[in-house]
Amino acid sequence: MSINLEVPKKFGMVVNQAHQVAVEIFRPISRKYDTHEHEYPKELDMLASLIDGMNASGESNTGARGVRREENTEQGNRNGSNMSSILSIMEACWGDVAMVLSMPRQGLGNAAIASVANDEQHARFDKVWASMAITEPSFGSDSAAVQATAMRDGDYYILNGEKIFVTAGQRSDAVVVWASLDRSKGRAAIKSFVVEKTRPGITVERLEHKLGIRASDTATIRLTDCRVPKENLLGSPDVEAEQGFAGVMQTFDNTRPLVAGMAVGCARAALDELRDLLAEAGAEVDYDRPAYLQSAAAAALLQMEADWEAGYLLTLEAAWMADNNRPNSLQASMAKAKAGRVGVEITLKCVELAGSYGYSERSLLEKWARDSKILDIFEGTQQIQQLIVARRLLNKSSAELK
Amino acid sequence: MPARSTRPERRARPRERRDPMGVGLAALYRLAGAPVIDRLGLRKPVERAVYQASRAGFRTVGAANRVFTAVQQRRSAERPAAAKERTQFDLNPTDEQKMIVEATREFAAEQLRPQAAAADTECMAPEALLKRSVAELGITQVGVPETLGGMGGERSATTGVLVAEALAHGDMGLAVACLAPAAVSNALALWGNAEQQATYLPAFVGDDVPAAALAVVEPQVLFDPFALRTVARRSGGGFVLDGVKSLVPRAEAAELFVIAAELDGTPALFLVESGTDGITVESDPAMGLRAASMARVELANVTLGAGALLGGTDGSDYAECIRLSRLGWSALALGTARAVLDYVIPYVNERQAFGEPISHRQAVAFTVANIGIELEGARLVTLRAAARAEQGKSFAREAALARRLTTEYGVRIGSDGVQLLGGHGYVKEHPVERWYRDLRAVGVMEGAVLV
Repeated sequence: MSINLEVPKKFGMVVNQAHQVAVEIFRPISRKYDTHEHEYPKELDMLASLIDGMNASGESNTGARGVRREENTEQGNRNGSNMSSILSIMEACWGDVAMVLSMPRQGLGNAAIASVANDEQHARFDKVWASMAITEPSFGSDSAAVQATAMRDGDYYILNGEKIFVTAGQRSDAVVVWASLDRSKGRAAIKSFVVEKTRPGITVERLEHKLGIRASDTATIRLTDCRVPKENLLGSPDVEAEQGFAGVMQTFDNTRPLVAGMAVGCARAALDELRDLLAEAGAEVDYDRPAYLQSAAAAALLQMEADWEAGYLLTLEAAWMADNNRPNSLQASMAKAKAGRVGVEITLKCVELAGSYGYSERSLLEKWARDSKILDIFEGTQQIQQLIVARRLLNKSSAELK
Repeated sequence: MPARSTRPERRARPRERRDPMGVGLAALYRLAGAPVIDRLGLRKPVERAVYQASRAGFRTVGAANRVFTAVQQRRSAERPAAAKERTQFDLNPTDEQKMIVEATREFAAEQLRPQAAAADTECMAPEALLKRSVAELGITQVGVPETLGGMGGERSATTGVLVAEALAHGDMGLAVACLAPAAVSNALALWGNAEQQATYLPAFVGDDVPAAALAVVEPQVLFDPFALRTVARRSGGGFVLDGVKSLVPRAEAAELFVIAAELDGTPALFLVESGTDGITVESDPAMGLRAASMARVELANVTLGAGALLGGTDGSDYAECIRLSRLGWSALALGTARAVLDYVIPYVNERQAFGEPISHRQAVAFTVANIGIELEGARLVTLRAAARAEQGKSFAREAALARRLTTEYGVRIGSDGVQLLGGHGYVKEHPVERWYRDLRAVGVMEGAVLV
């Protein structure tokens, strides 16, 4: 045990694979699918098969998977699958965030399944591309306000409701739907269900036109008397006070560091690009000399790099804690808050410093500045992360600190 | 004999045109200074002003100077070995570090915090406290290898960071006073040659550790430690130093300085005993860090032997010194910022407004959350830099990022700390106003501490 914040060499191959994918596959089609919103990036199918192959051989970890908490039998410090997932997500999002969100079988629903499914479900849904459906027209951050219902009917649940902002909702094979078993019982009755898209009663209503991440489809899903087997309920079917909701919320401890990693990757793309552009323009950072004696551009780059580094290390910390079976919801929220906001600040600042070139569609800088904004919103907005951190630090309940 | 003062003249300002109000104010000012006020008993005696006046002016160093002599000759210098390259991401300190940090935290809580306010007012760290920091924490010995009589093993900048952080949680000014001689002993361990180590280090690993300081900062605006105005000329096989150093901790008591000066156009370090001719010291109290008795050190024609040069002349040892010192300041900022967080949490939970604790309001709660987030981020960046340093990896970039974050958010956290307490934060009943002043030092300071 010795303090060290360098990524272990053993992840070099995983990171390099993700980097190659980013460079060779994502970047060349990045602008095309940003312009052609709702067109499916068919290039990703081939890639998905390739990744399945690598997963089977235990060599790869690209996408939102691999967040399953593993029994830790090893003594001492561990750098495991959470860290390698985060690292490859960062690297892949350096290529294109929207592509990563569109990767078959790598959806946030898969992360939810990996986080809370039992072994039987884990095996059954292993090859399923699952998206995540929480938000409804009447609420966003207040996820306890779920209106969608699940009525028990023998060996089935009957689901009804409307879900919006479902990432990959059109392309996915299944949707992890949050619904209430009994709306009079509040949050304890909220459960998540895996709903295969082949079932009658689940329909994709429409697709959104968005500010960014346009290569990723964002769907409205309607559930009308949709019957799903009771075995598709994730976690415990009992309506226990608070316990049940805590179960579904636990998903976020695993997905928030992933989204933080996306922000870190996207921001690094912009920083790398800007650093090259500034070097061509004759502005380079001297790390030893005081920033106020360097050009304003160099000073800005230094500040951005510092904030980026904080977001990056907070994200790794959250993953490291998960790998070592330590509760990490505080660190996950810190990582998401910091990475989310600096992701937006950095990508927007990079556009400013690159001037009209940065603002034009000739460069991807303007795209990254649009893409990054969602990362400070979904999986818990900036403000929700601050609430969570504040409640933890101040030891306040959600009833006290609203 | 009082030395010729080379104190920089007051900066020229554009001449102000006096309007009628200005004329009136000038008259009032002259009246306020007239002795008649005192004869009429209109002025309350201000001890503080008298105190300041008595300390003003460059004076020779009053410290009883010991004679540093090499007691034992060594053939080669001993250095703390670089730590073995680590293979895993790990935020766990070693068991040894845990013990050191635990002891330091306790010391900070029991000794530094209770004595901080008085030391701040008096611009002086209690002698007994400084002695205890040496006796109980071995503060000057941690960075010195056992072969040189210290307690240190391999190079450990992370230990330095953790210790500075823990001390500054008690009080930053007192932490700097305690750590100042350690900067010199660390510098000797890292860059001293056999002769220098044999001459000076025994004093730092013994019971009677001398006051000593690493002096880098100079009083000019836009100061750059890589463009020094203090200059060393080569002369008769030795060196002659001229210049002014500012914000030197406990300079009046110091027996030994490490002075940063430019040699042949490249910055370098020099060992200068405080009794050397041409050295004068002037008290220079600042906004914060007052317990560290900051002072200016003036060097006028200070003649040194060839053995005074500490480290190489190509600038690389010097650059490493600046980076390690900046990490020390980042660590101090982390400790004080943590003190702010720990202090405001119970305060905002207890303080009531509009019928409930103010912590139930998002504007307050989010401020606390952001202190926590930025503090944790800056801490990880600082630790990464320190861990790279001790493994012998490049760390210029990481140290710069840590400095940027601790400067930016350290000051913000200091300000938020006062703001969260409102008017109560502005008065000396609470320590947050001191932390506000101390945290501003980060970003201004160079040298003085070394991890």
